[in-house]
Amino acid sequence: MKYIDEFRDGDLARQIGARIAAEAHPDRRYSFMEFCGGHTHAISRYGVLELLPPNVRMIHGPGCPVCVLPIGRIDLAIRLALERGAIVCTYGDTMRVPASDSLSLIKAKARGGDIRMVYSAADAMAIARANPQREVVFFAIGFETTTPPTALAIRNAAREGLSNFSVLCCHVLTPSAITHILESPEVRQLGTVPIDGFIGPAHVSIVIGSAPYDHFAEEYRKPVVIAGFEPLDVMQAILMLVRQVNEGRAHVENEFTRAVTPEGNLKAQALVSEVFELRPSFEWRGLGEVPYSALKIREAFAAFDAERRFDLSYTPVADNKACECGAILRGVKKPTDCKIFGTVCTPENPVGSCMVSSEGACAAHYTYGRFRDIPIVAAAPATEEATP
Amino acid sequence: MCLAIPALLVELRPHDQAVVNLGGIRKEISIALVEGVQVGDYVIVHVGHAIGVIDPEEAERTLALFAEMAQLAPNPAPVEPA
Repeated sequence: MKYIDEFRDGDLARQIGARIAAEAHPDRRYSFMEFCGGHTHAISRYGVLELLPPNVRMIHGPGCPVCVLPIGRIDLAIRLALERGAIVCTYGDTMRVPASDSLSLIKAKARGGDIRMVYSAADAMAIARANPQREVVFFAIGFETTTPPTALAIRNAAREGLSNFSVLCCHVLTPSAITHILESPEVRQLGTVPIDGFIGPAHVSIVIGSAPYDHFAEEYRKPVVIAGFEPLDVMQAILMLVRQVNEGRAHVENEFTRAVTPEGNLKAQALVSEVFELRPSFEWRGLGEVPYSALKIREAFAAFDAERRFDLSYTPVADNKACECGAILRGVKKPTDCKIFGTVCTPENPVGSCMVSSEGACAAHYTYGRFRDIPIVAAAPATEEATP
Repeated sequence: MCLAIPALLVELRPHDQAVVNLGGIRKEISIALVEGVQVGDYVIVHVGHAIGVIDPEEAERTLALFAEMAQLAPNPAPVEPA
């Protein structure tokens, strides 16, 4: 398919890999964080790590909305379905995230909750139109990419007077999460997570533009290269980061110019700010409470805010003790550092959120990377007829 | 979650709707979030909404940059670049 296939060329990827190996100084280490789950997925799926020299290391970031969604938020959605009789509509990604009482949205559905998977917020509105006697709640999660469609749904519901429709808003913001990581003790004082630069978000940046990252480059002296989600984009971004580090530069560079402009999608931004305002604080799985890191629905659209409509109050719930998702989301640990990775916790039966979504660090490593951890042992020549 | 794919816009419909063709699959999407898209544009589709448009010239430029990289490679890969 156009604009996809040409960015997945293996020969070119190997050549960019050779370039990275030639330009990376052998006497220093390079650690870059890919913020987005989309990049984590691409790196695992296309074997990008195999093409990098050993001194260039990638650290997975928290940019997976399903992974950072705390248990308490999913509990709210489950209770709306089981206790308040609402139809809860949500994206497929959230259905299997573990919540309290051994439940998930999909298990709550099995218990009789009317929980429906939708492709878009507009589909949730259609369900509300078709069920005027029922309350229909859209459980909205996602970063800046996914926020504008939710804003559009709320504004259209207001115009249309769709009075049985509301939104449980869990939209979160990328720049505040990056700031939080840069301010974390692991990065600032302990140095346990050395970060030399960031691969910046692809589709989030289509909406917000490249300008919001200038702050990280200036204030924290960390280079940021915005990159598309295809493997060649990722390879090229790593090369651009290596060059910035070598030259002692910390700038925002844009590899994804075919879709990202400095100012972003102004029409989408205007709609988002018409409908949403900043939340003073929001809990992220792994990062804890992060100030001004999420959005809530403005007073003018209060009728469509499920939190006000059902008088919901948020209660934090601790993660499973054995689960290392929190440390993995902060870049402190790798999926293989977790005792239950691939044994108790698998994509079929996830214990932690990072194993749920295909872009979660654990799910990506389980699906595409775990056999790299096993040393290759040559089989003993058993029979003469053994075929290669 | 942020997954989005470039798809060819083939038909404009009323109320900010449009039809895209993605590798032979036609789907109606919303174009309410983008300004001035036309038939023939490649829009970036996320959860049923176009959120951006591909700039074909910039795409060419990026591909040319990759090709340039291939020329520069110190140890050319055994396979000839296309």
